Amino acid sequence: MKENVIIIGGGVAGLEAARQMLSLGLRPIIVEQSDHLGGHVACWHRLFPDMTPARELVAKLVESCREANIFLETTVQSINRLKDGYAVMLSNGVNILSRAVLIASGFKLFDAAKKEEYGYGVYDHVITNRDLENWFAGAEDLRIPREPKVFGFVHCVGSRDIKAGNTQCSKVCCMTAIKQAIEIKEKFPGCEVFCFYMDLRLFGKKYEDFYLNAQRDYGIRFIRGRVSEVSETIDGRVQVKAEDTLSGKPLKIQMDCLCLMAGMQCNPSATSIADMLHVEVDTDGFLRSKDNIYSILESQKPGIFFAGACTGTKTVPETVAEARAAALSIFNYLSR
Amino acid sequence: MMEFGFRLSPSSTIDLDRADLSLYRKIERLEPDMKTCMACGSCSATCTAGQYSGMSMRKVILGLQRGTDVSGMLSCCMLCGKCTMVCPRGINTRHLILSICRTYEKK
Ligand code: SF4
Ligand code: SF4
Ligand code: SF4
Repeated sequence: MKENVIIIGGGVAGLEAARQMLSLGLRPIIVEQSDHLGGHVACWHRLFPDMTPARELVAKLVESCREANIFLETTVQSINRLKDGYAVMLSNGVNILSRAVLIASGFKLFDAAKKEEYGYGVYDHVITNRDLENWFAGAEDLRIPREPKVFGFVHCVGSRDIKAGNTQCSKVCCMTAIKQAIEIKEKFPGCEVFCFYMDLRLFGKKYEDFYLNAQRDYGIRFIRGRVSEVSETIDGRVQVKAEDTLSGKPLKIQMDCLCLMAGMQCNPSATSIADMLHVEVDTDGFLRSKDNIYSILESQKPGIFFAGACTGTKTVPETVAEARAAALSIFNYLSR
Repeated sequence: MMEFGFRLSPSSTIDLDRADLSLYRKIERLEPDMKTCMACGSCSATCTAGQYSGMSMRKVILGLQRGTDVSGMLSCCMLCGKCTMVCPRGINTRHLILSICRTYEKK
Protein backbone atom coordinates (compact mmCIF):
# COMPACT_ATOMS: atom_id res chain seq x y z
CA MET A 1 0.00 0.00 0.00
CA LYS A 2 1.13 3.54 -0.71
CA GLU A 3 2.32 5.42 2.31
CA ASN A 4 0.57 8.56 3.65
CA VAL A 5 2.45 11.81 4.03
CA ILE A 6 0.76 14.77 5.67
CA ILE A 7 1.45 18.16 4.10
CA ILE A 8 0.38 21.12 6.20
CA GLY A 9 -0.36 24.00 3.85
CA GLY A 10 -1.69 24.02 0.29
CA GLY A 11 0.28 26.90 -1.13
CA VAL A 12 2.96 26.64 -3.77
CA ALA A 13 5.25 24.67 -1.45
CA GLY A 14 2.59 22.16 -0.40
CA LEU A 15 1.32 21.65 -3.94
CA GLU A 16 4.72 21.19 -5.52
CA ALA A 17 5.75 18.77 -2.76
CA ALA A 18 2.53 16.81 -3.26
CA ARG A 19 3.12 16.66 -7.00
CA GLN A 20 6.61 15.25 -6.48
CA MET A 21 5.42 12.80 -3.84
CA LEU A 22 2.78 11.46 -6.22
CA SER A 23 5.45 10.76 -8.81
CA LEU A 24 7.61 9.11 -6.14
CA GLY A 25 4.74 6.75 -5.33
CA LEU A 26 3.70 8.27 -2.01
CA ARG A 27 0.23 9.30 -0.95
CA PRO A 28 0.25 13.01 -0.06
CA ILE A 29 -2.56 14.48 2.03
CA ILE A 30 -2.78 18.27 1.92
CA VAL A 31 -4.35 20.10 4.84
CA GLU A 32 -5.18 23.71 3.97
CA GLN A 33 -6.82 26.12 6.37
CA SER A 34 -8.21 28.54 3.79
CA ASP A 35 -10.85 27.83 1.17
CA HIS A 36 -8.46 27.73 -1.78
CA LEU A 37 -5.21 26.20 -2.92
CA GLY A 38 -2.19 28.22 -4.04
CA GLY A 39 -1.84 30.39 -0.93
CA HIS A 40 -0.68 33.95 -1.39
CA VAL A 41 0.37 33.31 -4.97
CA ALA A 42 -3.23 32.52 -5.92
CA CYS A 43 -4.12 36.12 -5.01
CA TRP A 44 -1.21 37.60 -6.95
CA HIS A 45 -1.47 38.94 -10.49
CA ARG A 46 1.89 38.51 -12.20
CA LEU A 47 5.19 37.10 -11.00
CA PHE A 48 8.63 38.56 -11.63
CA PRO A 49 10.93 38.27 -13.50
CA ASP A 50 9.00 37.00 -16.53
CA MET A 51 5.65 38.54 -15.58
CA THR A 52 4.14 35.06 -15.53
CA PRO A 53 0.44 35.15 -14.64
CA ALA A 54 0.31 33.76 -11.10
CA ARG A 55 -2.93 32.02 -11.84
CA GLU A 56 -1.23 29.91 -14.55
CA LEU A 57 1.32 28.57 -12.10
CA VAL A 58 -1.32 27.79 -9.49
CA ALA A 59 -3.59 26.14 -12.05
CA LYS A 60 -0.73 23.96 -13.26
CA LEU A 61 0.15 22.89 -9.72
CA VAL A 62 -3.46 22.22 -8.74
CA GLU A 63 -3.96 20.19 -11.89
CA SER A 64 -0.94 18.02 -11.17
CA CYS A 65 -2.17 17.34 -7.62
CA ARG A 66 -5.51 15.90 -8.67
CA GLU A 67 -4.56 12.51 -7.28
CA ALA A 68 -3.65 13.92 -3.89
CA ASN A 69 -6.04 14.00 -0.95
CA ILE A 70 -6.90 17.57 -0.22
CA PHE A 71 -8.76 18.94 2.78
CA LEU A 72 -9.69 22.62 2.46
CA GLU A 73 -10.84 24.79 5.37
CA THR A 74 -9.26 22.29 7.67
CA THR A 75 -6.73 22.77 10.41
CA VAL A 76 -4.57 20.46 12.46
CA GLN A 77 -6.07 19.95 15.90
CA SER A 78 -3.36 17.85 17.42
CA ILE A 79 -0.29 15.89 16.51
CA ASN A 80 0.97 13.08 18.70
CA ARG A 81 4.30 11.42 18.45
CA LEU A 82 4.05 7.64 18.08
CA LYS A 83 6.84 5.10 18.19
CA ASP A 84 7.46 5.41 14.49
CA GLY A 85 5.59 8.41 13.17
CA TYR A 86 2.80 10.77 14.04
CA ALA A 87 -0.95 10.63 14.62
CA VAL A 88 -2.53 13.76 13.20
CA MET A 89 -6.04 14.77 14.10
CA LEU A 90 -7.77 17.25 11.81
CA SER A 91 -10.54 19.73 12.58
CA ASN A 92 -12.94 17.76 10.38
CA GLY A 93 -12.55 14.74 12.63
CA VAL A 94 -10.28 12.77 10.31
CA ASN A 95 -7.36 10.98 11.93
CA ILE A 96 -4.25 10.22 9.92
CA LEU A 97 -1.19 8.17 10.69
CA SER A 98 1.92 9.28 8.92
CA ARG A 99 5.59 8.52 9.40
CA ALA A 100 6.57 11.91 7.99
CA VAL A 101 5.01 15.36 8.20
CA LEU A 102 5.84 18.24 5.86
CA ILE A 103 5.25 21.71 7.25
CA ALA A 104 4.60 24.04 4.32
CA SER A 105 2.51 26.63 6.05
CA GLY A 106 4.26 29.64 4.55
CA PHE A 107 4.17 33.21 5.72
CA LYS A 108 1.76 35.85 6.83
CA LEU A 109 1.85 39.28 5.25
CA PHE A 110 2.77 41.95 7.79
CA ASP A 111 -0.28 43.93 8.84
CA ALA A 112 0.62 47.39 7.51
CA ALA A 113 -1.87 49.10 9.85
CA LYS A 114 0.57 48.33 12.66
CA LYS A 115 2.94 50.93 11.24
CA GLU A 116 0.58 53.66 12.38
CA GLU A 117 2.78 56.46 11.06
CA TYR A 118 1.92 55.36 7.52
CA GLY A 119 -1.82 55.59 8.04
CA TYR A 120 -2.92 52.41 6.33
CA GLY A 121 -6.63 52.01 6.93
CA VAL A 122 -6.81 55.64 8.06
CA TYR A 123 -5.95 57.73 4.99
CA ASP A 124 -7.91 57.39 1.78
CA HIS A 125 -5.07 56.68 -0.61
CA VAL A 126 -2.67 54.44 1.27
CA ILE A 127 -2.65 50.84 0.05
CA THR A 128 -0.41 47.77 0.32
CA ASN A 129 1.41 45.63 -2.22
CA ARG A 130 -1.32 43.03 -1.89
CA ASP A 131 -4.10 45.58 -2.52
CA LEU A 132 -2.30 46.78 -5.60
CA GLU A 133 -1.78 43.24 -6.87
CA ASN A 134 -5.49 42.50 -6.40
CA TRP A 135 -6.29 45.66 -8.30
CA PHE A 136 -3.98 44.61 -11.15
CA ALA A 137 -5.84 41.32 -11.17
CA GLY A 138 -9.12 43.17 -11.71
CA ALA A 139 -10.50 43.89 -8.25
CA GLU A 140 -11.99 47.32 -7.68
CA ASP A 141 -10.19 49.65 -5.28
CA LEU A 142 -11.46 53.16 -4.72
CA ARG A 143 -8.24 54.15 -2.95
CA ILE A 144 -6.41 54.07 -6.28
CA PRO A 145 -7.30 57.25 -8.19
CA ARG A 146 -8.45 57.11 -11.80
CA GLU A 147 -5.59 59.23 -13.11
CA PRO A 148 -2.82 59.40 -10.52
CA LYS A 149 -0.15 62.02 -11.24
CA VAL A 150 2.25 61.00 -8.49
CA PHE A 151 2.50 57.47 -7.10
CA GLY A 152 4.85 56.25 -4.39
CA PHE A 153 6.17 52.98 -3.01
CA VAL A 154 7.54 52.56 0.50
CA HIS A 155 10.00 49.70 0.85
CA CYS A 156 10.58 47.65 4.02
CA VAL A 157 7.18 48.11 5.70
CA GLY A 158 7.33 45.84 8.73
CA SER A 159 10.65 44.36 7.61
CA ARG A 160 14.10 45.28 8.96
CA ASP A 161 12.24 46.92 11.79
CA ILE A 162 12.88 45.72 15.28
CA LYS A 163 9.92 47.66 16.63
CA ALA A 164 7.61 45.91 14.18
CA GLY A 165 9.00 42.66 15.55
CA ASN A 166 10.82 41.73 12.35
CA THR A 167 14.53 42.11 11.98
CA GLN A 168 14.69 40.15 8.74
CA CYS A 169 14.57 41.42 5.18
CA SER A 170 11.57 40.07 3.32
CA LYS A 171 13.69 39.63 0.24
CA VAL A 172 11.00 39.87 -2.43
CA CYS A 173 9.59 43.34 -1.79
CA CYS A 174 12.34 45.41 -3.41
CA MET A 175 11.79 43.49 -6.59
CA THR A 176 8.00 43.54 -6.17
CA ALA A 177 8.08 47.31 -5.70
CA ILE A 178 10.03 47.73 -8.92
CA LYS A 179 7.72 45.35 -10.75
CA GLN A 180 4.62 47.14 -9.49
CA ALA A 181 6.15 50.56 -10.19
CA ILE A 182 6.70 49.50 -13.79
CA GLU A 183 3.15 48.17 -14.02
CA ILE A 184 1.80 51.49 -12.69
CA LYS A 185 3.90 53.37 -15.21
CA GLU A 186 2.56 51.14 -17.99
CA LYS A 187 -1.00 51.90 -16.94
CA PHE A 188 -0.40 55.60 -16.34
CA PRO A 189 2.52 56.74 -18.53
CA GLY A 190 2.18 60.36 -17.40
CA CYS A 191 2.44 59.47 -13.72
CA GLU A 192 5.58 60.21 -11.71
CA VAL A 193 6.57 57.12 -9.74
CA PHE A 194 8.86 57.18 -6.71
CA CYS A 195 10.37 54.38 -4.65
CA PHE A 196 11.61 55.13 -1.14
CA TYR A 197 14.23 52.56 -0.18
CA MET A 198 16.94 51.99 2.40
CA ASP A 199 18.90 49.52 0.27
CA LEU A 200 17.82 47.98 -2.98
CA ARG A 201 18.21 44.27 -2.46
CA LEU A 202 18.02 42.87 -5.95
CA PHE A 203 19.84 39.59 -5.68
CA GLY A 204 17.95 37.32 -8.05
CA LYS A 205 18.13 36.46 -11.68
CA LYS A 206 17.21 39.49 -13.81
CA TYR A 207 16.33 41.65 -10.82
CA GLU A 208 19.07 44.18 -11.56
CA ASP A 209 17.89 44.31 -15.15
CA PHE A 210 14.47 45.28 -13.86
CA TYR A 211 16.05 48.05 -11.84
CA LEU A 212 17.90 49.36 -14.87
CA ASN A 213 14.74 49.19 -17.00
CA ALA A 214 12.76 50.94 -14.31
CA GLN A 215 15.26 53.81 -14.33
CA ARG A 216 16.05 54.00 -18.02
CA ASP A 217 12.84 53.04 -19.80
CA TYR A 218 10.23 54.06 -17.25
CA GLY A 219 11.92 56.99 -15.51
CA ILE A 220 11.04 55.66 -12.07
CA ARG A 221 12.77 57.73 -9.40
CA PHE A 222 14.50 56.13 -6.46
CA ILE A 223 14.96 58.08 -3.26
CA ARG A 224 17.19 56.61 -0.57
CA GLY A 225 15.53 57.17 2.76
CA ARG A 226 12.91 55.50 4.84
CA VAL A 227 9.57 57.27 4.90
CA SER A 228 9.21 58.59 8.42
CA GLU A 229 5.60 59.70 8.41
CA VAL A 230 2.63 60.13 6.17
CA SER A 231 -0.25 62.52 6.61
CA GLU A 232 -3.24 63.61 4.60
CA THR A 233 -3.55 67.01 2.96
CA ILE A 234 -6.71 69.06 3.07
CA ASP A 235 -7.62 67.90 -0.43
CA GLY A 236 -7.16 64.26 0.49
CA ARG A 237 -3.75 63.66 -1.05
CA VAL A 238 -0.95 61.85 0.74
CA GLN A 239 1.85 63.92 2.21
CA VAL A 240 5.05 61.92 2.51
CA LYS A 241 8.10 62.84 4.58
CA ALA A 242 11.48 61.18 4.43
CA GLU A 243 15.09 62.09 4.58
CA ASP A 244 16.78 62.19 1.23
CA THR A 245 19.87 60.57 2.70
CA LEU A 246 21.91 61.15 -0.46
CA SER A 247 21.40 64.90 -0.14
CA GLY A 248 21.41 64.76 3.63
CA LYS A 249 18.25 66.83 3.76
CA PRO A 250 14.66 66.27 4.75
CA LEU A 251 12.33 65.82 1.80
CA LYS A 252 8.60 66.09 1.36
CA ILE A 253 6.27 65.36 -1.50
CA GLN A 254 2.54 64.99 -2.05
CA MET A 255 1.20 61.95 -3.81
CA ASP A 256 -2.08 60.68 -5.16
CA CYS A 257 -1.51 57.18 -3.89
CA LEU A 258 1.07 55.49 -1.70
CA CYS A 259 1.74 51.76 -1.73
CA LEU A 260 3.31 50.11 1.33
CA MET A 261 5.51 47.08 0.66
CA ALA A 262 4.38 44.90 3.54
CA GLY A 263 6.85 42.15 4.39
CA MET A 264 6.69 38.52 5.45
CA GLN A 265 6.30 37.06 8.90
CA CYS A 266 6.07 33.44 9.87
CA ASN A 267 2.51 32.22 9.64
CA PRO A 268 1.08 31.98 13.18
CA SER A 269 -0.38 28.60 12.31
CA ALA A 270 3.14 27.35 11.57
CA THR A 271 4.17 28.46 15.01
CA SER A 272 1.24 26.73 16.65
CA ILE A 273 2.04 23.48 14.83
CA ALA A 274 5.65 23.86 15.87
CA ASP A 275 4.35 24.14 19.41
CA MET A 276 2.38 20.89 19.15
CA LEU A 277 5.43 19.13 17.78
CA HIS A 278 7.93 20.77 20.12
CA VAL A 279 9.76 22.05 17.07
CA GLU A 280 11.74 25.15 17.91
CA VAL A 281 11.09 28.62 16.61
CA ASP A 282 14.23 30.47 15.53
CA THR A 283 15.27 33.92 16.75
CA ASP A 284 13.74 35.52 13.64
CA GLY A 285 10.31 34.08 14.43
CA PHE A 286 10.46 31.48 11.66
CA LEU A 287 10.80 27.75 12.29
CA ARG A 288 14.24 26.48 13.15
CA SER A 289 15.91 24.15 10.70
CA LYS A 290 18.40 21.51 11.74
CA ASP A 291 20.99 23.83 10.25
CA ASN A 292 20.82 26.71 7.83
CA ILE A 293 23.22 25.42 5.21
CA TYR A 294 22.90 21.74 4.58
CA SER A 295 19.67 20.72 6.31
CA ILE A 296 17.29 23.65 5.95
CA LEU A 297 14.43 21.30 5.13
CA GLU A 298 14.88 19.13 8.20
CA SER A 299 13.67 19.98 11.66
CA GLN A 300 15.36 18.82 14.84
CA LYS A 301 12.72 16.09 15.12
CA PRO A 302 12.84 12.91 13.06
CA GLY A 303 10.20 12.78 10.34
CA ILE A 304 9.30 16.48 10.49
CA PHE A 305 10.30 18.37 7.36
CA PHE A 306 9.93 21.94 6.12
CA ALA A 307 9.43 23.56 2.73
CA GLY A 308 8.98 27.19 1.75
CA ALA A 309 8.54 30.33 3.78
CA CYS A 310 7.91 28.67 7.15
CA THR A 311 11.68 28.72 7.71
CA GLY A 312 12.32 32.20 6.35
CA THR A 313 11.41 34.61 3.60
CA LYS A 314 11.52 32.95 0.16
CA THR A 315 10.81 33.73 -3.46
CA VAL A 316 8.47 31.52 -5.49
CA PRO A 317 11.27 29.68 -7.34
CA GLU A 318 13.12 29.06 -4.07
CA THR A 319 9.93 27.68 -2.58
CA VAL A 320 9.36 25.39 -5.54
CA ALA A 321 12.93 24.10 -5.34
CA GLU A 322 12.63 23.47 -1.61
CA ALA A 323 9.34 21.66 -2.05
CA ARG A 324 10.90 19.30 -4.58
CA ALA A 325 13.88 18.69 -2.38
CA ALA A 326 11.67 18.11 0.65
CA ALA A 327 9.60 15.53 -1.22
CA LEU A 328 12.77 13.66 -2.09
CA SER A 329 14.12 13.93 1.46
CA ILE A 330 10.88 12.49 2.78
CA PHE A 331 10.97 9.69 0.22
CA ASN A 332 14.52 8.82 1.29
CA TYR A 333 13.56 9.04 4.95
CA LEU A 334 10.66 6.65 4.45
CA SER A 335 12.72 4.17 2.42
CA ARG A 336 15.47 3.88 5.03
CA MET B 1 16.30 99.58 14.52
CA MET B 2 17.11 97.49 17.53
CA GLU B 3 18.96 94.28 16.67
CA PHE B 4 17.74 91.42 18.88
CA GLY B 5 19.90 88.78 17.31
CA PHE B 6 16.97 86.70 16.10
CA ARG B 7 16.48 85.69 12.53
CA LEU B 8 14.46 83.25 10.46
CA SER B 9 16.38 80.20 9.31
CA PRO B 10 15.41 79.11 5.84
CA SER B 11 14.07 75.55 5.69
CA SER B 12 16.49 73.01 4.30
CA THR B 13 13.66 70.71 3.29
CA ILE B 14 13.55 69.57 -0.30
CA ASP B 15 9.99 70.13 -1.41
CA LEU B 16 9.52 68.02 -4.50
CA ASP B 17 6.09 69.53 -5.16
CA ARG B 18 7.65 72.97 -5.65
CA ALA B 19 11.03 72.01 -7.07
CA ASP B 20 11.74 73.40 -10.52
CA LEU B 21 12.72 70.35 -12.53
CA SER B 22 12.65 72.00 -15.95
CA LEU B 23 16.42 71.73 -16.35
CA TYR B 24 16.33 68.08 -15.29
CA ARG B 25 13.60 67.35 -17.84
CA LYS B 26 15.60 68.97 -20.65
CA ILE B 27 18.75 67.10 -19.83
CA GLU B 28 16.85 63.86 -19.31
CA ARG B 29 15.80 64.13 -22.96
CA LEU B 30 19.30 65.00 -24.18
CA GLU B 31 21.08 62.43 -22.01
CA PRO B 32 18.66 59.62 -21.17
CA ASP B 33 21.52 57.59 -19.66
CA MET B 34 21.60 59.99 -16.73
CA LYS B 35 18.45 58.33 -15.39
CA THR B 36 20.37 55.12 -14.74
CA CYS B 37 22.72 56.65 -12.16
CA MET B 38 22.61 54.54 -9.01
CA ALA B 39 24.50 56.99 -6.82
CA CYS B 40 27.44 54.64 -6.31
CA GLY B 41 29.88 57.54 -6.06
CA SER B 42 32.65 56.03 -8.20
CA CYS B 43 32.73 59.16 -10.33
CA SER B 44 33.17 61.47 -7.36
CA ALA B 45 35.76 59.22 -5.75
CA THR B 46 37.97 59.26 -8.80
CA CYS B 47 37.51 62.91 -9.70
CA THR B 48 40.77 64.85 -9.57
CA ALA B 49 39.01 68.16 -9.16
CA GLY B 50 36.71 66.79 -6.47
CA GLN B 51 39.27 66.69 -3.68
CA TYR B 52 39.99 70.41 -4.00
CA SER B 53 36.81 71.94 -5.29
CA GLY B 54 33.82 69.93 -4.15
CA MET B 55 32.97 68.81 -7.69
CA SER B 56 30.99 65.59 -7.57
CA MET B 57 29.29 64.08 -10.56
CA ARG B 58 27.01 62.11 -8.29
CA LYS B 59 25.89 65.30 -6.56
CA VAL B 60 25.43 67.07 -9.88
CA ILE B 61 22.98 64.39 -11.01
CA LEU B 62 21.27 64.38 -7.61
CA GLY B 63 21.04 68.19 -7.66
CA LEU B 64 19.39 68.09 -11.07
CA GLN B 65 16.89 65.51 -9.82
CA ARG B 66 16.04 67.72 -6.86
CA GLY B 67 15.94 70.97 -8.81
CA THR B 68 18.90 72.67 -7.14
CA ASP B 69 21.56 74.81 -8.83
CA VAL B 70 24.64 72.79 -9.77
CA SER B 71 26.45 75.34 -11.93
CA GLY B 72 28.97 76.16 -9.21
CA MET B 73 30.17 72.59 -9.06
CA LEU B 74 30.36 72.25 -12.83
CA SER B 75 32.68 75.21 -13.15
CA CYS B 76 35.30 73.19 -11.26
CA CYS B 77 35.33 70.31 -13.73
CA MET B 78 38.44 69.93 -15.88
CA LEU B 79 36.73 67.64 -18.36
CA CYS B 80 39.42 65.03 -17.88
CA GLY B 81 36.91 62.22 -18.33
CA LYS B 82 38.11 59.98 -15.50
CA CYS B 83 34.58 59.78 -14.13
CA THR B 84 33.33 58.36 -17.43
CA MET B 85 35.92 55.61 -17.26
CA VAL B 86 34.79 54.37 -13.87
CA CYS B 87 31.00 54.67 -14.10
CA PRO B 88 29.59 51.12 -13.74
CA ARG B 89 26.39 52.14 -15.50
CA GLY B 90 28.37 53.26 -18.52
CA ILE B 91 27.04 56.80 -18.34
CA ASN B 92 29.09 59.15 -20.49
CA THR B 93 29.43 61.60 -17.63
CA ARG B 94 31.87 63.87 -19.47
CA HIS B 95 29.40 64.27 -22.29
CA LEU B 96 26.66 64.79 -19.73
CA ILE B 97 28.62 67.60 -18.09
CA LEU B 98 28.99 69.34 -21.46
CA SER B 99 25.28 68.96 -22.15
CA ILE B 100 24.38 70.40 -18.76
CA CYS B 101 26.70 73.37 -19.32
CA ARG B 102 25.21 73.99 -22.74
CA THR B 103 21.70 73.87 -21.33
CA TYR B 104 22.68 76.32 -18.60
CA GLU B 105 24.15 78.66 -21.20
CA LYS B 106 20.92 78.70 -23.16
CA LYS B 107 18.94 79.64 -20.10
S1 SF4 C 1 13.51 43.12 -0.05
FE1 SF4 C 1 13.86 45.33 -0.06
S2 SF4 C 1 11.90 46.20 0.58
FE2 SF4 C 1 11.88 44.06 1.17
S3 SF4 C 1 12.59 44.04 3.27
FE3 SF4 C 1 14.37 43.65 1.96
S4 SF4 C 1 15.28 45.64 1.61
FE4 SF4 C 1 13.21 46.00 2.40
S1 SF4 D 1 35.59 65.05 -16.09
FE1 SF4 D 1 35.25 66.55 -14.47
S2 SF4 D 1 33.90 65.48 -13.03
FE2 SF4 D 1 34.80 63.91 -14.34
S3 SF4 D 1 36.63 63.22 -13.23
FE3 SF4 D 1 37.29 64.84 -14.62
S4 SF4 D 1 37.19 66.71 -13.40
FE4 SF4 D 1 36.00 65.16 -12.32
S1 SF4 E 1 29.75 56.49 -11.31
FE1 SF4 E 1 27.95 56.54 -12.62
S2 SF4 E 1 26.37 55.42 -11.49
FE2 SF4 E 1 27.99 55.93 -10.05
S3 SF4 E 1 27.31 57.84 -9.13
FE3 SF4 E 1 28.65 58.38 -10.83
S4 SF4 E 1 27.28 58.65 -12.58
FE4 SF4 E 1 26.12 57.58 -11.00
